[in-house]
Amino acid sequence: MTENDTLAQYSDLAFESAFAVLVLALILLVAEYATHRADVVAERELVAAGGGSTTPQGPGRIEEAPRRTLSERLGNMGRALVYVVAGLQIASIVLRGFATERFPLGNMYEFVSMACTAAVVFGLVVLRKKAYRTMWVYLLVPVLILMFLAATVLYADAAPVVPALRSFWLPIHVTIISVGSGIFLVSGVASLLFLLRLRYPKGEERGGVFGVIAQRLPDAQTLDRLAYRTTIIGFPLFGAGIILGAIWAEAAWGRFWGWDPKETVSFITWVVYAAYLHARATSGWRNTRAAWINVAGFVAMLFNLFIINMVVSGLHSYAGLN
Amino acid sequence: MTATDTPTPAPQPAPPPRQGVAGRAVAVVRNTWRGLTSMRTALVLLFLLALAAIPGALLPQRDLNTQKVDEYIAARPTLGPIMDRFELFDVFGSFWFTAIYVLLFVSLVGCILPRCVEHLRALRTPPVAAPRNLQRLPHHARTTVDGAPQAVLDRIQGQLRGWKVVRRDGGERGREGELTLSGEKGYLREAGNLLFHISLVGLLLAVAAGKLLGYEGQRILVADGEEFCTTSPASFDSFRAGSTIDGTGLTPMCIRVNSFVADYLDNGQAEMFTSDIEYQYDDDLVTDTWRETQLKVNHPLRVGSDRVYLQGHGYAPTFTVTWPNGETRTETVQWAPEDATTFLSSGAMRFDPPGGMFPDADERRKNQIAIEGLFAPTAAFQGTLLTSIFPSMMDPAVAIDVYKGDSGLDTGSPQSLFSLNKELINQGRLVKQERVNLRPGESVTLADGTEVRFDKATDFVNLQVSHDPAQQWVLVAAILMMTGLLVSLLVKRRRVWARVYLDGTVVDGERRTVVELGGLARTDQAGWGDEFDRLVDRLLGDDAPTASAGAPANQAPAAQEKKKA
Repeated sequence: MTENDTLAQYSDLAFESAFAVLVLALILLVAEYATHRADVVAERELVAAGGGSTTPQGPGRIEEAPRRTLSERLGNMGRALVYVVAGLQIASIVLRGFATERFPLGNMYEFVSMACTAAVVFGLVVLRKKAYRTMWVYLLVPVLILMFLAATVLYADAAPVVPALRSFWLPIHVTIISVGSGIFLVSGVASLLFLLRLRYPKGEERGGVFGVIAQRLPDAQTLDRLAYRTTIIGFPLFGAGIILGAIWAEAAWGRFWGWDPKETVSFITWVVYAAYLHARATSGWRNTRAAWINVAGFVAMLFNLFIINMVVSGLHSYAGLN
Repeated sequence: MTATDTPTPAPQPAPPPRQGVAGRAVAVVRNTWRGLTSMRTALVLLFLLALAAIPGALLPQRDLNTQKVDEYIAARPTLGPIMDRFELFDVFGSFWFTAIYVLLFVSLVGCILPRCVEHLRALRTPPVAAPRNLQRLPHHARTTVDGAPQAVLDRIQGQLRGWKVVRRDGGERGREGELTLSGEKGYLREAGNLLFHISLVGLLLAVAAGKLLGYEGQRILVADGEEFCTTSPASFDSFRAGSTIDGTGLTPMCIRVNSFVADYLDNGQAEMFTSDIEYQYDDDLVTDTWRETQLKVNHPLRVGSDRVYLQGHGYAPTFTVTWPNGETRTETVQWAPEDATTFLSSGAMRFDPPGGMFPDADERRKNQIAIEGLFAPTAAFQGTLLTSIFPSMMDPAVAIDVYKGDSGLDTGSPQSLFSLNKELINQGRLVKQERVNLRPGESVTLADGTEVRFDKATDFVNLQVSHDPAQQWVLVAAILMMTGLLVSLLVKRRRVWARVYLDGTVVDGERRTVVELGGLARTDQAGWGDEFDRLVDRLLGDDAPTASAGAPANQAPAAQEKKKA
């Protein structure tokens, strides 16, 4: 067994550990999410007992420092574990790079791994505020699914890449696209939750499973703003990724744009996100329709990743699935 | 759409005063134009563009693979031709796709031009006057400081570097020493937005120019010193050109391929393809100087606005036919790789007997020798069946059928380079003589004494010569686009006002100055509250009120990050 094989094994181990920790974090976060409803009721009772006073610290009263509820502590543990997940994911990618002695973005497994890492790290950056806390559950579920697919269906042994991928454009183009995908994942999740929130506005969540789910979500405006803010980061990044890809294609394939299936769906995705930004500035389209367009953009990203790589054949056939 | 309805004379109780024909025509044109340049139309067109591109990704396209399209149509005898009629196999050149993007760009230009004018006007217009009551703004601050109003305002203005600022004297309330200042920044946002959209038009024009003025030709060359010159489209194996290219005036260039090396890993996966070539370009042709260079995957040769790419490779077997009288003919012809991983290749060869061997052309034609078969760079036999187990040439062998008769060389009708005409075989004009497996140097002798020998195989390369004089402009447009996009997304539009006037009370014999500040976020409201507080701190320095009177951020009007057109 060579040194590189050992490194590749450590990389896989890091990936598997990241997956396991992610499952644990998700369980904790779901527990927090599920137990939160009781908190709301408890708060309401407390307020009623205080006689409607907004400042309960009256003279002569000793107020106990607000203790963290079990629910909150579970959630905090879960969110702390997300940092561990990110660390393990990054370790897995770096080890893979050393094992293969190339930039670790040479097949679909590595691409999805990178995109999931980007989504988690980006989530850690944009979901710091307390208002966004409950969103973690919904961000980690698609990440978990993608990581599962990466490890089972898409897995490819650590190996060198074909000549066309031996270029300094590989780290530039593919990293940007995979990070962009991760950001769009956050944005797509935010828009889906926004749509759910619009159907069950704050204070009117009674009835049905979705109502209960929506109860714990940030308010609609917060979700919508998050979706927009993440898209305006993802959109230029993805556009730059396409342009850099075109520059690479000019050197590798003899033309900068040739309507290869992957290029075509990238174009479609970019147009859909452009439509989202325009919809946000068009009256009557600002809320529901814009959110649906954002979701459609993410669906196009997924389509480009899975269907185009696995079903349609084109020049971008580097999935490593044989 | 209603604007184009034909006016039908319907009986109306009180017909409104109608415009003249000219007036109505103008109205129709104006309404159509307004409809076309509206945001809603642009949105719908963007959607249509995305939708229309979908078949381009899912159906086989002629531009990419003609063969696949033919197979697809052949498999659907009724639906196929109908789909073809609707240009579903040439999506990106189809009438409907063109219609959508032309409309989109007309809409875009119609939206952008007036906005450019508006933006230029806005640049020359001074910032709007301060509202009467700054305290009513969502974010505001008020304090009293030492110094005369004039000096205080000077200090504030000094801090507003990068803002467009205008000062106005007096106020409606007639306070003593009242001065106001209006500041606005973020004009670059609209400029960036306009730059993005204008560059998008530039990108389309540059791509179109490239398609009109450019060409692209492929040529297979055996890597043993074979050379070719770009004298005409006929010197290429395949050639695709823009409509302004008539085949004359191609950039003169000659290329000679000296060697080709393919590196493989042990598992047969390619590592790198390298080819040493020599070329002559422009003046070199006059002085007959050859320049050496190396082509690799990802490393094309770039000269002027022409590029030469190493696009493919394969094997070209060499066969020698020796006729009973001792005369020989040797040919090397590329065979098509059938399997991308093992490079098992198939092909054909046709040999015309030397002149003078037969009394007339008819007789000579009936005695042509033709070969059809497979080539394996690293041979493995299953019984007598040949396969290849590795892509590089370690143990080459061929499995061939040898025919005698009319190979169709003289018919004048085009034939495949890689296979014999089955019709000739079925008609019995071409008769199979032998089926053998040969290694280099081995030969087979036909019944009439003619000997067919497999000599060797040589690498061939597939080169692509591309000419696109506009491609650097595409890049320039793309970079400007990205710049414009980033600017338009990152720059925030802000308005700030300051009002100073003398305080009514006298302290230590001096009158102090009241400063009122107000701010408004015209885009990206999120975070503006903190930003305004920091701005207040900067503008007032030590005199800043400790707690800004600004409303909390979440009470600001609903976020309306506007982005037009």
